[in-house]
Amino acid sequence: MRDRVNRLMALIIQACALSSVLVLMGIFLMLLINGAMLFKEVSVFDFLTGMTWNPGAFDGPAYGALSLIWSTILVTIGAMLMAIPLGIAMAAFMSEVAPRFWRNLLKPLIELLAGIPSVVLGFIGIELIGPLLQKYLGLSTGFNALNGSILLCLMALPTIISLSEEAIRAVPFSFKEASYGLGAGKWETLIKVTLPACTSGLIASSMLGLGRALGETMTVLMVTGNALQFPHGFYDSVRTLTSTIAIELGEVASGTTHYFALFAVASLLFCLCLIINIAAEAIAAKFRYRQT
Amino acid sequence: MSQMKLEAKGLDLFFGAKHVLKKVSIRIPDKQVTALIGPSGCGKSTLLRCFNRMHDLNPMAKLKGDVLFEGQDIHLSKAAELRQKVGMVFQKPNPFPQSIFDNVAYGLRLSQKLTKSELEYKVKAALSQAHLIDELPDLKASAMELSGGQQQRLCIARAVAVSPSVLLMDEPCSALDPISTRKVEELVLQLKSDYCVVIVTHNMQQAKRVSDLTAFMYMGELIEFSETRQLFDKASHELTRNYLEGSFG
Ligand SMILES: Nc1ncnc2c1ncn2[C@@H]1O[C@H](COP(=O)(O)OP(=O)(O)OP(=O)(O)O)[C@@H](O)[C@H]1O
Ligand SMILES: [Mg+2]
Repeated sequence: MRDRVNRLMALIIQACALSSVLVLMGIFLMLLINGAMLFKEVSVFDFLTGMTWNPGAFDGPAYGALSLIWSTILVTIGAMLMAIPLGIAMAAFMSEVAPRFWRNLLKPLIELLAGIPSVVLGFIGIELIGPLLQKYLGLSTGFNALNGSILLCLMALPTIISLSEEAIRAVPFSFKEASYGLGAGKWETLIKVTLPACTSGLIASSMLGLGRALGETMTVLMVTGNALQFPHGFYDSVRTLTSTIAIELGEVASGTTHYFALFAVASLLFCLCLIINIAAEAIAAKFRYRQT
Repeated sequence: MSQMKLEAKGLDLFFGAKHVLKKVSIRIPDKQVTALIGPSGCGKSTLLRCFNRMHDLNPMAKLKGDVLFEGQDIHLSKAAELRQKVGMVFQKPNPFPQSIFDNVAYGLRLSQKLTKSELEYKVKAALSQAHLIDELPDLKASAMELSGGQQQRLCIARAVAVSPSVLLMDEPCSALDPISTRKVEELVLQLKSDYCVVIVTHNMQQAKRVSDLTAFMYMGELIEFSETRQLFDKASHELTRNYLEGSFG
């Protein structure tokens, strides 16, 4: 009897796991199949390397996604360059350095930051960060990649901080004890022992933050200007992959080339996320192996 | 008597409201091995940790009385400087999750500016002092891949690498098999020609084998402190005799 219940439970759990895999595969297949329809008319090479994205043009629409890809990478890299060092530093400060008073003050604030809807953040980007950038960097407009990066950084920070803090806390006290016992101070212990001991956790938290940044649409859409051009730097207006889908999917007739092109863009995004996840797993696994 | 290496005078220690060390006074000489014995929870580790200010890390711990290192109040100098001179080996082997070389080099890199070859020389010297060098062909390998006994000897090498003048050892063999234990004991006997060694142990045979002096603690008090042979053969205090009989029987 007991045995039969066990087997039944195992079966149910397997079924659940299988179904989530199936749903994921289904989504991926739908994206791929619809996306592939584009390549009846546009070559993969042109799609990936074309500089011009102009699906609406009557005389020869163009489906070159390179500027969209580059925009996404630019905004994401900018966000990560700010969010990873800042997030890890904050996590280290909160778990190792700060007196309890500061920790108790910061922790709810960070959770609050995570709870801000992306539209509201976008609004802040438009009303506050945009004008500030325009004024202090002397730009013609504050709606650019940098603005998007700053907002994405804010969005990724709570994830990075709280997961990094967990990773740092999980470092056994005995390592720190050994470090202090050899005459190290607080900072030396943090930088030379504690942080290196949880590298895999820090990488994992950064990658999860990165995943969030890559897939985020609304805030980016609101503040990056969305100009269809190839951006040359953080001060240029950019249009990311996600923004393109959000902007254009509403007005496109299903079954047209443009429609399939948007699915191709979505597949691309999906692949990017997949690559990042696999890379993160590989890097984290390498560090875990070295440590245990 | 000449100046003592370590000294506690009327030392009281509290963890919150809990009175853990009660008026402990002890004078520990240089170039000898001093063993601390006593039932579990009597405060051996706590006393040991007073000597290199490990209790600074615990905000709950409150200390009263004097602790002297080479005649100086230890709370007058910086904790980090003190800990470079008063090294510690912990009960559980706790190498850093880094390479063997980096583990031993850790303390050296903190305190001294050394060239690469000097550093290498000192690391190897410490490893051979701990009888590890022949067992470890690859110093770049992770310290976590070593056996428990090797890890503990690595921790000893790490502690002696910075050439402290005192080595505090808290049950260094409790996680080790007899062969590793024997190796660590040999090491302790060798170290005593250069160091003042204080070792906490639950193993009476070990205390007899390695120590010159033995202190018996009970419920936070230092009951008896004398030459090891005398303490084991004709302890003057009844508690000591009971404990020794109990733990032998
Ligand atoms: N960090 C701490 N906070 C509160 N109480 C503590 C702490 N560390 C130790 N104690 C208490 O202090 C007393 C002495 O502990 P200590 O670790 O010195 O004993 P010990 O003699 O080393 O025992 P053992 O042989 O089991 O290691 C115990 O009653 C213990 O519960
Ligand atoms: Mg103990």
